[in-house]
This record gives sequence, C-alpha cells and structure tokens, in this order.
Amino acid sequence: MTAENKEKKNTNNILSLQLKVDDFLPASAEEKQAVVKERESVSFFKDGIRRFRRNKIAMAALIAVILIMLLAFIVPMFYPYSYDAQMKGSERLAPMQYSETELERIAAGESVFPHLLGTDQNGRDYAIRVLMGARVSLTVGIVASAIVLLIGSTYGAVAGYFGGKLDLIMMRFVDILYTVPDVLIIILLASTLKYPLESLAQMPGFSWIQTIGPNMISMFLVFGLLYWVGMARIVRSQVMILKQSEYVTAAKALGAGNGRIIKKHLLTNCIGTLIVTTTLQIPSSIFTESFLSFLGLGVQAPMPSLGSLASAALNGLQSYPYRLFAPAFMIFIIILSFNLLGDGLRDAFDPKLKN
Amino acid sequence: MGKYITKRILLALVTAFVVASATFFIMNMVPGGPFLGEKAVTPAAQEALEAKFGLDKPLSEQYTTYMNDLLHGDLGPSLKKRGRTVNDIIATKFPVSAKLGGMAILIAFFVGVPLGSYAAFHRGKLIDNIIILFSTAGIAIPSFLSSTLLMYFLSAQWGLLPSKGLNSPACYIMPVIALALHPTSYIARLMRSSMLDVMGQDYMRTARAKGVSQVKSIFKHALRNAILPVVTYLGPLTAQLMTGSFIIEKIFVIPGLGSEFVGAITSRDYPLIMGTTIFLAMFIITLNVIVDILYAVIDPRIKLK
Amino acid sequence: MAEEKYLVDIKNERLSFFTPAGEVKALNDVSIRMREGEVLGIVGESGSGKSVTAYSIMGLTAYPGKLIGGTVEFNGHRIDQMGEKELRKIRGKEVSIIFQDPMTSLNPVWTIGNQIEEVILLHTGKNRKEAHERAKELLTLVGINEPEKRLKQYPHELSGGMRQRVMIAIALACEPKLLIADEPTTALDVTIQAQILELMMELKKKLGMGIMMITHDLGVVASMCDHIAVMYAGKVVEYGTADDIFYEPKHEYTRGLLKSIPKLHEEAYERLVPIEGQPVDMLNPPKGCPFANRCNSCMKICLDKMPPYTDISDTHYSACWLIQKAEFEKKQREGED
Repeated sequence: MTAENKEKKNTNNILSLQLKVDDFLPASAEEKQAVVKERESVSFFKDGIRRFRRNKIAMAALIAVILIMLLAFIVPMFYPYSYDAQMKGSERLAPMQYSETELERIAAGESVFPHLLGTDQNGRDYAIRVLMGARVSLTVGIVASAIVLLIGSTYGAVAGYFGGKLDLIMMRFVDILYTVPDVLIIILLASTLKYPLESLAQMPGFSWIQTIGPNMISMFLVFGLLYWVGMARIVRSQVMILKQSEYVTAAKALGAGNGRIIKKHLLTNCIGTLIVTTTLQIPSSIFTESFLSFLGLGVQAPMPSLGSLASAALNGLQSYPYRLFAPAFMIFIIILSFNLLGDGLRDAFDPKLKN
Repeated sequence: MGKYITKRILLALVTAFVVASATFFIMNMVPGGPFLGEKAVTPAAQEALEAKFGLDKPLSEQYTTYMNDLLHGDLGPSLKKRGRTVNDIIATKFPVSAKLGGMAILIAFFVGVPLGSYAAFHRGKLIDNIIILFSTAGIAIPSFLSSTLLMYFLSAQWGLLPSKGLNSPACYIMPVIALALHPTSYIARLMRSSMLDVMGQDYMRTARAKGVSQVKSIFKHALRNAILPVVTYLGPLTAQLMTGSFIIEKIFVIPGLGSEFVGAITSRDYPLIMGTTIFLAMFIITLNVIVDILYAVIDPRIKLK
Repeated sequence: MAEEKYLVDIKNERLSFFTPAGEVKALNDVSIRMREGEVLGIVGESGSGKSVTAYSIMGLTAYPGKLIGGTVEFNGHRIDQMGEKELRKIRGKEVSIIFQDPMTSLNPVWTIGNQIEEVILLHTGKNRKEAHERAKELLTLVGINEPEKRLKQYPHELSGGMRQRVMIAIALACEPKLLIADEPTTALDVTIQAQILELMMELKKKLGMGIMMITHDLGVVASMCDHIAVMYAGKVVEYGTADDIFYEPKHEYTRGLLKSIPKLHEEAYERLVPIEGQPVDMLNPPKGCPFANRCNSCMKICLDKMPPYTDISDTHYSACWLIQKAEFEKKQREGED
C-alpha cells in the first residue's frame, strides 16, 4: 500500500501546485486531432519502393545492373572495333599494346583507340569480345527468363485457379519434370537439337534460325521446356491463396469470366512474386548458359560468350591470365548483381518468399 | 509414411521412364541415329552398321529393344572406344567421380550448416556480415571459374599444389574446394535464413519458457527444424555437383565419369553420351528418393502430405 | 504497516524495444502486484503491453526489448537483476506460461511425451522412467484420454484444444507458483475455449497456483479473476477487483471497453458502442494521456500532462484526469464554503 500512498501524495502535490480551472475545460476535436501523428498511408508499391531504396546493397546492385546493361548493349555500338573483325598483324597483343601498323598510324598523327585488353590469337580486340560476350550472356539470361515467366506463370495460374482434377494432372506432370535432372537433358538437347534446327533453317521462311544460331535457339527451347516448373509451382500456390480472397468472389458474382479474373485479379496480385522470381531466374539462366558455352555447347563462333571466352582462355592461362580474368570477372559481377538485386526486390516486395 | 514413400518411388519410376524415353528420342534427332553419328561413311559400311545396331528396323522396334536392354542394365557399346561397352566405362570411371563428389557434399554440408547457423545466431553483427558477403560471392562464381582461378594461383603461380590428376592426396584439395564452393555458400545462406525463421517460431519461445538452455534449445529444438530446407536441397545438390564435376574433371584432368562425358560430347560418341546421361539420371533420381525418405524421417508431419 | 509479501511485484517498470525505426516504449511506468494463489486479469488491446509485462516476470523480453527502469520481483527473486542462467532455473519451474497459439507453440518434430518430459527432467531429479510416469499423470490431469498413446504422438496429430491441454500439462509439470496464460483461448473454437478455461480454474483449485490471465476478452476476466489490470499504450490505466472494474469503472478507456462488449442479461436493445479512433503510435507517444485522442471526455489538460495514479479505494486505482477534476471541484466548493 505504501507505494500507492506515495503516488497519491505526489498527485496531491501536483493538484495543489499546478492545476487551474481552465485545464478541465473540454478539448476540441481539433486539439485532440493535433496530438495524433498520423503515419502517412502508402500503397503497397510505394512502400516497397521506399523499402528498396533504403536498402543500400540492393541499390548498388541496381546501379551495377544498369551499368552492365549499358556496357553490353550501348557501348559496343560506338566501339571503334568489331568483335569479329580480324586485324592482320595485330594478333596476340598485350593490353594497351599497339601493333606495328597502328604505331605507324599513330606516328602519322592518327589517333588510334587502344586495345584495352589486347587482342586474341586471331587479331580480334578482346575488350569488345568480352562486352559482346556479356551481351550474349545477358540476352540468353533475359530471354530465357521471359520464356520461363510466360510459360510458368500461365501454367501455374491455370492449375491453381481451376484446381481439382486438372490441377492434379497438371501438377503431377510438373512433379515429374521437377525430378528430371535438367542439366543432363539440356546437354543432350544442346548437342543434338542443332541437327533438326539446321535442316529446318534450310526451309524457306526459317532462315532467321541461322541468324540467331541453332545453338542459341536450342538453348531457349531447353529453358522453355524444363526451367518453368519452379515458376509454375510458385505462381500456383500464390493463386490458390488469392483465389479465396473476397475480391475474386466479388468479381465472380459480378459475372467476370475466368480469363479476366486470372489476368486482372490474380496475376496482378502476384506481380511482386513474378518480378522477384524472374529477376532471380536471370542469373541462374546465365549460369547455365556460361556452363554450356564453356563445354562448347553454347553460342556458336565467332559470336563470343563469357563461358566460351573463359574456356578458350584456359589454354593460354600461363601467358595470358587476363583473358580468363576479364570474362570471369564479368560473369561474377553479372550473377552477383542480379542475385543481390533479386534479393533486394524480394525483401522489399515479397518478404514471404524468403525460403 | 509408407504411403508417402511408395508415392515417391512410383513418381521416381515414372520419371526414370520419361527420362529414358526422352533420351532415346532426343538422340534419334542425330542424323542416322545415335549409333552412327553424322560421319560420312560408304553406303555399304553404313548398311552394315545399321544392321549391327538394328537401325534398319522401325523406330518403335528400336525403342522396345533399347528399353528392354536398359531394363537389363545394358547401355550398349561405345562408338569411339572400340571394344568397350558403356557399362564398362561407367564402372571404371564413376567411382572416381563419386569419391570427389562425396567429399564435396560432406564439406558443403558440414561447413555450410554450422556457418549459416553461426551467422544466424550473430545476426547483424560483423561476423554475420562477413559470412553473408562470402557466401553471396561464392554463389556468384560458376565452378569453371573457381577451379581455373584456383589452378592459376595455387598451382601455376605459386606452385603449391599439383594441377593435374589424382595421384596424391594433395591432388584432391583443389578439385574438391572448387566443387564444394558453390554448394557450401548456398547451404550457408539457406541455413542462415532457415535458422532465423526457426528462431522466431513460437516453439523456440516455449523452449526458453521451459528453462531449456540456449545450447540445448539450438541442438534439440532449432537444428532439426532448420535443417529441413537443407535436406531438400541435397537432391538438387548432387545433380549440381555432377555438372560441376563435368567441368572440374576436365580442367584438372581427372579420369572420372565427368571428363569422360565431356569427352564424349566433343568426340560425338553418342551411345556413350546417351548411356552416361541415363546412368546419371537414374543415379540422381534414386538419390532424390533417398533424400525424400530422409526428409520423412526428420519431419514427422510429412505423413499428412 | 508491515510490508506485505507479494508473489509478483512489479514497480514502475519501463521497457523499450529498440527497433531500426526508433525506440518503441512498450511499457511506460507499469506497476502490478499479485498475491499468491490469486487470479489476476490483464486486459487491453494488442500492443498495450500486457504480454510484455507478463513476459518480463520470466525475464523473457527478447532482444530488442530492454528494461530501462523499475524493478521486477517474483517469488522473492529480483528478476531484473538475474542472469540468464539463474532465470533458467525459475522458468518452467516456479513460473510457467501458456501461449496464445497451441498450433505453433509445440515443436513439430518431437513427440508430445518428449516435450513434457523435457521440462520434468530439467527441473526435477527424476529419471527418464519417472518423468514418463509423471507425464502420463499430467496428461490425465489435463483431461486427455489414453495418455500412453498420446505421449507417442506428434503435435500435428492432435486438435487445437488438445494441444493447449498439452501446453498446460507442460506448464504445470513442476507445479509452479504462477501460471501465465497469454490469451490461452484466442486461437481456439468457442466451445473449446470454455473447456480450457474451466480446466484452468479446476487445476487452480487443485494445485493452488496463481494465474495471470492476459486477454482482450473482458468476459473471460469477469468469470475468473480476483483482480483486473486494464492496460493501454504501455500503462496500467486502471486496477481493481473485478467488482471495482465492472461496476465502478473510473477510466474512460475501461468504460469504453465495457460498453463495447455485448451484455446478455441487461436490456437486449442496448447498442454496442465501439471505441473510435486508433491507438497511439508507440514510436512517438504523446506527452499527455495516451488515450486522450480517443476519449469522449477529453479535456485540455489530458493532451498536455500524463494523469497521475489516484487511489479510489484500497483495492482500486486509476490514472485519469476526470478523477482529479472531481476532486478539484470538490476542493473548490470546500474553499467557497
């Protein structure tokens, strides 16, 4: 009781010393409102973007991705050398070294762009080859991820939305594909698909196959065939949760068709998941591409890829280690920055997806 | 649990069938079929070869013969290595690869799990950030890069380790490290996030409220739950190590199944490619079933699924 | 007056959570007392600090929570001064807790038996066999049939109500002096809720432990508790016996709470009155009464100064400027006379 008594004494003191009649006048609504510091209400996306921007690592990764994109897609357009031009007499130059003809031109007062990373045994500028390799790797990664996104999200959404027997059959199929050792099948397809593709390229209207390269197409095919199952599983489980929500019931009650509900309500609501999964798919596709190219099953010469550049550099590792380090560093940075970007996006937009 | 395991085994059998059939039809995209390759041979020789490998028969009959052989474990002859069967090659080369891969799995598991857990317990501290940094970097390095870089520095530049073959224990160091780097990093990250997740669970609070010591609550209550995602990863991990070994065995000149496989791709030894693919696929599928069973043992809830 | 011995004696406890967003003042000058064998109800909405108060009796205010003032005494132990190792000897033995969600409070990968025996082995000298016998006994005590079979089962094989009974068995395994029940029925079906509460009261009669019942359900409190503490925004705004709180509520928040629950026996047509507005942001608590912005009788002083605690009777106190107003006016009248 003593403590309570003490408190009471305190209150009495306050009472006798400080209180005025005015204090007990009712407060107005405005006065009441002024005390409340309303936290500004933000939309899901604004909130996500705010969280993302506060994440320094993710922001750095985003900047790195943009820089890599510029280097791979914009810079080669203005680069004074071409990736497949073989310069006679400029073979095997060291970084920043000039060939004799180039030295003569410099002596004559011409300005010659330096070979930043030297040239290869065929006299091709190595720096532009690395940049083109990055372009190829990025293209494969992005296109493959887009294919995966398209197939996976459609398949997953349909299975999850309709449920029942259809879902059961569709998911059994996914289960089987999931346990198929994909890399083996990829190698198998990559080493055999070129034959039917090459004969297809002979047919009228299919000459574009030759332009893109049968290997590249077989790689896309392989990704499209096998890699979408993970995406399909994620989208399906999201859709299954979402389809039980009230707004879907409301849309159904208003007579919206299935296609419309999937497109308008379900897919837009798992867009966070889609963005994150796709971003994380890009580095993993690049990983596979560089692996295949290293084995000689990737893009075709003279088109360089980071994997094939690294593979080619292996022979001259003792004398030209930088020829390995340059594409190696490029792959490392590309995969690292996409991974970190994906992690950052996930933390900002889709914290549930963590595992 | 019995029902669950039966289901898994059935699924594995279906997968095995699908993979075997897919392999057969994919290999038939090669002009002339897998046993001929695209090499130009005289019409007479071609006919003789076709007869020898049964390529003159209709595709459906070839398929049944092939599946039948497969059921009896016969993977056919090698195209390029005269007089050797694919079975023979696998039997001599696979143990080498399995040894390397096994060591890498052990390292990945027994380094990755403690590392990830340790990081989780020290969340936000310096050591956590260091572990995150290294594991994030480790994930971004493909095995062909880690192995070539290791080889360049440890062997070519500093001459510390032998760069080729498997003649001494020291030979194992670089290939195993190169092979284990990626999965170790991945497991560390997986374990960290899973451990953080588990540590926030209500039952961990219950354990504390019971007066269970921290060490015991980690080992008894947290670890078994947190390790579940890692166990699920063990299946894909073996597949991944195998593909890693294709490259690493090639780079370090190790006479394993991986370098044999890469060699077969370059020399277009289609029966060997086909046989190795099927063998490895069955190996992975079997391992997946074992992992599934292991998972069911650790997590009693699996009976419901 | 001789210092009375209390089972729980929390004085002026201040506790904050140091989050990246800033300091969240979870408890702001909380004082609570409880005698042995008493049932105390702590009522308040989520975030009012009721759970944090209870957890601090076990020293369970996890990082980033930090005690920054006041004392916490339990059964003669100064909890606020004890280390983790000493606290472990008390947890589960002298004080135990049942959590809100029995679905997630049991470890999914260990059997029920293992989880009950764990606490017995930890705090008593019993061997495995004896612990097993005791676990069986406990399951019977909490009304679970076929204890031998249940002990071998995993949590997911049991229903929610059953799991909460298991949680109670774990909590009572070492016959604690205090059982903290943190919203023990919120996650359960209504019919099961009543069973669990009945079981708790029955066990209380049998074992004589004190119960601290944390809930936002006034109905639960009314039927069970000797004393009630009403919490709002990290403060005990009113404390008293069940009669005090239900028949003579002094704080506007308590009154609001009472008006917001349906009454079965009184005039059926009486409308429920919700408490309008949102609770204050604990990151930036106001300098005045935390309830002021939602209070219908809010006065100028309420926005400016924290109301002091005032005794209404020996068992009843509250912190509301309206009480001061009444006294102030009384004094003024006396002055005029």
